[in-house]
Amino acid sequence: MVEIIIDGKTIKVKEGITILQAAESVGIKIPHLCYHKSLSPMSSCRICLVEVEGARTLVASCSYLVSEGMKVKTDTERVLNARRLAIDLLLSNHPQDCLTCEKNGACKLQEYAYELGITSTSFEGEKTQYPPDTSNPFIERDYSKCILCGRCVKICEEIQVLSITDFANRGFETKISTFYDSPLQETDCTFCGQCVAVCPVGALTEKVRRFKAREWELKKVTTICSYCGCGCTFDLNVKDNEVIKVTSTEGGINGLALCVKGRFGFDFINNPARLKTPLIRQNTKNKSHEAEFKEVSWEEALSLVAERFKEIKDKYGPDKIAGIASARCTSEENYLFQKFMRAVIGTNNVDHCARLCHAATVAGLATAFGSGAMTNSIDEIKYADCILVTGSNTTECHPIISLKIKQAVKNGAKLIVADPRRIELVEWADVYLRFKSGTDVAWLNGMMNVIINENLLDEKFIEERCEGFDEFKAAVMEYSPEKTEEITGIPANDLIKAARIYATAEKASIIYSMGITQHTNGTNNVFSIANLAMLTGNIGRESTGVNPLRGQNNVQGACDMGALPIFFPGYQKVTDLQVRTKFEEAWGVKLSEVPGFTMMQMLNEAGKEIKAMYIMGENLMLSVPDLIQAEKALKALDFLVVQDIFLTETAKLADVILPAVSFAEKNGTFTNTERRVQLVRQAINPIGQSRTDSAIIIDLANIMGYKMHYDDAKSIMEEIAKLTPSYGGISYERLEREGGLQWPCPDPTHPGTKFLHKDKFTGGKGKFHPVKYRPPAEEPDEEYPFRLTTGRMLYHYHGCSMTRRSKGLDEICKEGYIEINPQDATSLGINDGDLIVVSSRRGSIKIKAKITDKVTQKEVFIPFHFVESAANVLTNTALDPIAKIPELKVCAVNISL
Amino acid sequence: MSEECKCAEVREEIPEEQWAKIDEIIKNNKNKPGVLIPILEQVQQVTGFLPAKVQRRIAEGLNIPPSLVYGVVTFYSFFTMVPIGRHLIKVCLGTACYVKRSDEILEKIKQQLNVDVGGMTEDSRYSLEGVRCVGACGLAPVVIVDNDTYGAVEPVKVMEIIDKYE
Ligand code: SF4
Ligand code: SF4
Ligand code: SF4
Ligand code: FES
Ligand code: FES
Repeated sequence: MVEIIIDGKTIKVKEGITILQAAESVGIKIPHLCYHKSLSPMSSCRICLVEVEGARTLVASCSYLVSEGMKVKTDTERVLNARRLAIDLLLSNHPQDCLTCEKNGACKLQEYAYELGITSTSFEGEKTQYPPDTSNPFIERDYSKCILCGRCVKICEEIQVLSITDFANRGFETKISTFYDSPLQETDCTFCGQCVAVCPVGALTEKVRRFKAREWELKKVTTICSYCGCGCTFDLNVKDNEVIKVTSTEGGINGLALCVKGRFGFDFINNPARLKTPLIRQNTKNKSHEAEFKEVSWEEALSLVAERFKEIKDKYGPDKIAGIASARCTSEENYLFQKFMRAVIGTNNVDHCARLCHAATVAGLATAFGSGAMTNSIDEIKYADCILVTGSNTTECHPIISLKIKQAVKNGAKLIVADPRRIELVEWADVYLRFKSGTDVAWLNGMMNVIINENLLDEKFIEERCEGFDEFKAAVMEYSPEKTEEITGIPANDLIKAARIYATAEKASIIYSMGITQHTNGTNNVFSIANLAMLTGNIGRESTGVNPLRGQNNVQGACDMGALPIFFPGYQKVTDLQVRTKFEEAWGVKLSEVPGFTMMQMLNEAGKEIKAMYIMGENLMLSVPDLIQAEKALKALDFLVVQDIFLTETAKLADVILPAVSFAEKNGTFTNTERRVQLVRQAINPIGQSRTDSAIIIDLANIMGYKMHYDDAKSIMEEIAKLTPSYGGISYERLEREGGLQWPCPDPTHPGTKFLHKDKFTGGKGKFHPVKYRPPAEEPDEEYPFRLTTGRMLYHYHGCSMTRRSKGLDEICKEGYIEINPQDATSLGINDGDLIVVSSRRGSIKIKAKITDKVTQKEVFIPFHFVESAANVLTNTALDPIAKIPELKVCAVNISL
Repeated sequence: MSEECKCAEVREEIPEEQWAKIDEIIKNNKNKPGVLIPILEQVQQVTGFLPAKVQRRIAEGLNIPPSLVYGVVTFYSFFTMVPIGRHLIKVCLGTACYVKRSDEILEKIKQQLNVDVGGMTEDSRYSLEGVRCVGACGLAPVVIVDNDTYGAVEPVKVMEIIDKYE
């Protein structure tokens, strides 16, 4: 601590901070333009000048450090004159269009000119004039308004780690410019809009908000992004029940940073295509003609649903009805949904899309460690010494987490990327292991073989905290680097190098995602990953761990809430008598002890063992494998209810469609991938007659004769906390106050858990599993010679029901594509952009070719988002025997012109 | 501005042996701090100018963002992104000269030499630039060829001056 005097006030502040920070800590405002608290100082604008006693000249307070006894004055005439001069000079080369500038009211230049009483510039001269660049769908760039503070350059360098722009030219012509001043869409810019967030003036603004609202008309509501498991915090800016823009808050796991979906993909909320009234089908769906729906009242729709559910339940029994919950809805809604299925219908037939993404993780890690969630926290990644990323295209699917990885690499961490596709992170990697897709177990075993042979294992950790090592070791011993090379195609030397880097790091973290899980041996893959972490003792400590990245915004929460056929909330088994008794008492009904069907079983049994389905917020007709079969299945049902915000491909097959609301219209919580429970806050009123999923479920339950009543989302969480040990200490009051809590958080005084398995595994001992390589269910052959993998991309999300109804996202990427290697393209005579036919044993699609060496020979990739070229028409329904997750990542296809 | 930058799309191909030299220069200097400017200097000696392709190669070689290389190249007037002819013609477009119709002079040269502002003639003989006030307003309109300054230039006479430079 040092003591300084600032404007006559004596204060004690931390050593090593700047004068500006010290002043702000006691509420003294010093104007600043180039300085931003999330960025390192550049000290170029000279607005922040202050007087320091004994210093010859005025000093820049944004970079000048405090020292003992320092006397600072921030508002002498000398200081004010210097500031006036600086602002005056900036104004001399600045257009005076405040009247229609989007930044009006939030512009720093305007604010300081006002405070310093500068009405117009005293230097008349030439002004730099650049035509505004409005050529991309997201960011308007008007450099005539740029004051060259450099913040946008800094944030793109330090936080986005891309450095798309820099200062170019000099003197009067100095300008912020991309390489060759080309438009952003021709650079590697990801349209994260970080630069927009920090621009103090109107040079960089959001395109969609143009002429829609002036700053002071906007109401800001802090909430959580609904586009991925990162769980970023941001503010929805609202005027007249319309979301006008999204701004960063500097809080949450993301700070200032957002990705393009979060920052610019919000306009689906007010899209006119939103469902506004309940709809009932008029014609029969088994005919091939288009569905015809009639608008009806809520009363009519809900009584029809209740009646039909009751009828089917009475006639065939409760287990003939199944429900799909939603990883996009809040935890409270998922809780109510599974409660409805269990207590009102009387079945455990409830599942959700986690079945398609991380069922293998939930099953595998629960057996190995005793908990199926990401072990460590997002922020810890920054401090790891080694990061192994496999089966995760983090840059596109979890953008904010990829920033932490890149920041770690910049700080000296070693990065190993293992992926069949040459994803963007490969450019940052020390070692890139490119393996044949589906050979995960082989290369993981190979790596562990090296670690054991070179004695790089953590014997003490294995001895004290794990079991099953010997059997596991025997299995791994077969996978010499040479044999591994044969199976996987990874050069033995690279494998050895990667093994050494991982095993010798002090803190090594594994990050994985669906590339690991979406296989018929998905659970085995997960076991292998768990083995690797235990073998080297890289778990139970900060910045280590096994970190499955969960895809959807609340897929963690939906799992936690028991939207799974064998678990009540908190992974308490439905087969456990004691647990069941607890829930029976709480819910006041007898509950079924028979585990329910998983999602793929429901579809297989549709029309047979399953007669009716209730689907909430899930577009199955794009997300499940083998869509042609899936459509038949849904059509075979006696009765289908779909609750959604748009008329999705799935909703079109429904008998009754119930209009729900988006995340902007409700209160509740999402649990992000690092187990952090965060508050979602209502920003606008429901659109049309749409209602929250909770309200719909509650009404339906009551109509069906089960008393359900909650005052609000908060009271639902109170019930959850009572029944779910890991959520025991979570309440809205705490979330409001503390801003997010990571489970397990068993009681109201518990601070939440940053990383799991600290001194002991949740399940006691960590369990090694001997696993062997098994090829995927469908390997390429003569008829279908290519191996197809599927995945996501940055600009779209899941079934696209939201992203393609967002103008900018739809504009920047409108259609699907198949990535094909240049050599394969040449031998098939395919040119970039050609429309080609891709077929598998299950169906075929037409799609544009994109020639790229991202994929290796004989492998092709298709993003699964697009209905016109739906990858899942092709994919295989073969299941992992343990987790029942389908093999979405590998199947065999054939390509023709 | 952006249109002007676009014209830097250069027709000239860099011959293979020059690429080899460029790579060599990058390799020899890599991993030393503050090497960008010396590298750019050495490369420009080899190629004569620094077109987009060359800047990209340097950025990739040093593993730095291309925007940074571009920033440095455009900051120092010593670097050029277009090939420079044997003689550099500058026409002053400052206010004093402009009033005396220096734009007509520029137009005339463009037509006669068939060259754009910022460009070079087919035969590499001349490059043409329009510049801001060069501080010789008394002589307006002003044309500068290499190191020689000409005052009170008339549009009809300007080609006589220029023809003197082989
Ligand atoms: S949008 Fe993001 S990536 Fe693009 S220039 Fe701005 S900060 Fe950089
Ligand atoms: S565009 Fe904005 S943030 Fe970037 S330098 Fe100009 S004023 Fe600063
Ligand atoms: S990274 Fe994920 S949570 Fe964050 S803004 Fe993007 S989509 Fe939303
Ligand atoms: S804020 Fe200190 S110099 Fe710009
Ligand atoms: S305007 Fe041409 S020399 Fe000054």
